[in-house]
Amino acid sequence: MSQINAYRRKFMAAVGGVAVGGLASGVILRSVEASDVPAKPADQPVSNKVRWGMLIDINRLTDGGVAMVEACKREHGWGNDPKSRPEQQSQWMRTVKVTDKLTQHSFTLPVMCQHCEEPPCVDVCPTGASMKRADGIVQVNKHICIGCRYCMMACPYKARSFVHESLTDQRPHSPRGMGTVESCNLCVHRIDKGQLPACVEAAPNAVIFGDLNDPNSRISQAVKTLGGSQIRADLGLNTGVRYLGL
Amino acid sequence: MSSKTIVYSELRSSKAYYILLGICAVLVGLGALSFFHLEHQGHHVTGMNNQIVWGLPHVFAIFLIVAASGALNISSIGTVFSKTIYQPLGRLSALLAISLLIGGLAILVLDLGHADRLLVTLTHRNTKSIFAWNIWLYSGFLALGALYLWTMMDRKVNRFYKYAGFAAFNWRLILTMGTGSIFGFLVAREFYTGAVMAPLFISMSFSLGLSVYILVLLASAALGSREVGDLIVNRLRYLLAIFIGAVLFFELARHLANLYVTEKQGVEAFILKDSRYAALFWVGQIFFGSLLPLFLIFCKKFVNQRWAVRLAAMLVILGGFVQLYINLIGGQAYPLTLFPNAEVSSSFFDGEITQYSASIWEWLLGLGGFALSVLILLIGLQVLRFLPESLADEVIEPLSQA
Repeated sequence: MSQINAYRRKFMAAVGGVAVGGLASGVILRSVEASDVPAKPADQPVSNKVRWGMLIDINRLTDGGVAMVEACKREHGWGNDPKSRPEQQSQWMRTVKVTDKLTQHSFTLPVMCQHCEEPPCVDVCPTGASMKRADGIVQVNKHICIGCRYCMMACPYKARSFVHESLTDQRPHSPRGMGTVESCNLCVHRIDKGQLPACVEAAPNAVIFGDLNDPNSRISQAVKTLGGSQIRADLGLNTGVRYLGL
Repeated sequence: MSSKTIVYSELRSSKAYYILLGICAVLVGLGALSFFHLEHQGHHVTGMNNQIVWGLPHVFAIFLIVAASGALNISSIGTVFSKTIYQPLGRLSALLAISLLIGGLAILVLDLGHADRLLVTLTHRNTKSIFAWNIWLYSGFLALGALYLWTMMDRKVNRFYKYAGFAAFNWRLILTMGTGSIFGFLVAREFYTGAVMAPLFISMSFSLGLSVYILVLLASAALGSREVGDLIVNRLRYLLAIFIGAVLFFELARHLANLYVTEKQGVEAFILKDSRYAALFWVGQIFFGSLLPLFLIFCKKFVNQRWAVRLAAMLVILGGFVQLYINLIGGQAYPLTLFPNAEVSSSFFDGEITQYSASIWEWLLGLGGFALSVLILLIGLQVLRFLPESLADEVIEPLSQA
């Protein structure tokens, strides 16, 4: 009998924990705040005191991240490569539906460059075009990318695309070029101006963006309280993009 | 060097020589055409995509690069291991190695998204990249190969022959390790990751390089009406059997190790059982590329039969090409694992097996690089003295006892 009571106590505690966690996430993930990203003066170098990161609560993403993907497309102008076959089209970000083979538990989440602390794409790039900024943003320097695609072979998240054709009408803030590799750059042009990444703005109630190195930032507080899972955490890459609800 | 008794001479031009030269020139031209088309249009005209990012040109390129390092082995056996019977074969071996490497590198470079930025690889280097290392390893191989040839062909510098041979041999081992490690260091690709890729590629270089060498030796002998005796051919024949066995050993070790690891069982089942790559593996690589050549080598009825040696070498080349195709294309066709034990799907083809079909442009680029190798070889053979006048048994026999 006492054993059953013990089980009951554990169960109630677990339910209570989930409820408190849900409330807490509601409190913390209340809205995106522009103050999470202070503007960087143009004459100041990028600092490694900052580590930009993103926490995505997939239970709050009612559309599975579709709005985030669309915002990314609009911001960077990808998604319309008329000559390329579907499997050749660039996709900086996509929604992935995941279903556990045993339990059939299913969820959808947005997947893009995870901005690893130890990015395999940076390790393998022969010219250093695939690079990590001091503030943790992983991106491609398209001026020195030779288009060898080794970074695409190395990325565990399939986050990178190769531009298979010449492009027109590009966004001035996000130039793309035939024969180079590209991927999510956390909207580096916006961050440097003190703005949030476009995808974060598109999902204000489900995503926190901010400085993971600042213990007082909202994202640090949130991951400390609620956790934040990494995709393929087993690879030890320490990603800057974290998820709640995996 | 014991080439005192061996007389070398240029390949005399003949009608067959010029026809071969012409075919190669046309293929090189078509390869160049393919490059300009890709450069102008972009890679959307190829079968490659965002999942299979390296395609048929890379199979050709890696084949030629791996075979190049293996082709140099023939002279290394004479120099490093002091097997004097191999020394008359050294010049051709080094020339073949250089020409194969140039052909392979040409394909790799011309398939780049920005081949025009090749110089960037010299001005910007990432020392942690095995690719960046390979750029230096390949350049060094060409330089050392040329130096090695010089010490073989010029009496004034002949005293450096051993040193150059040792340097070239060690360099080529490191080079092939580097080529294998391009794949071995990829943590995310389940079919590749692992240290075994380095020795596997080295063993492949032994067998592919020797097979190409055997075919070139016999063809150049036929072109120039030179004699190649059974003694030397049988040495090469049995050496090939050892190399085929080495490739099979490392391939077996790799698959057994993978099969033991649960997370790699999916990709192993895909390659060995559930896909079109399974037929390529069992029929192409194992039966036609390994077992049949071993039979042709060891069957007593075929002793001293040139056609059997030629066919065995051709089959090993075919099997090696298939092996590289399975590794490159099959390894990429299998989806990345984002979430173990889960089904995934997306607009970016997550969780799906990717189909790949090479376009004509990829074939032309690959064949163009191959033809470039043959072209360099043919021109080299005609302008300098690479080929022994005779490799008949009576010429070779004194060397075999040394």
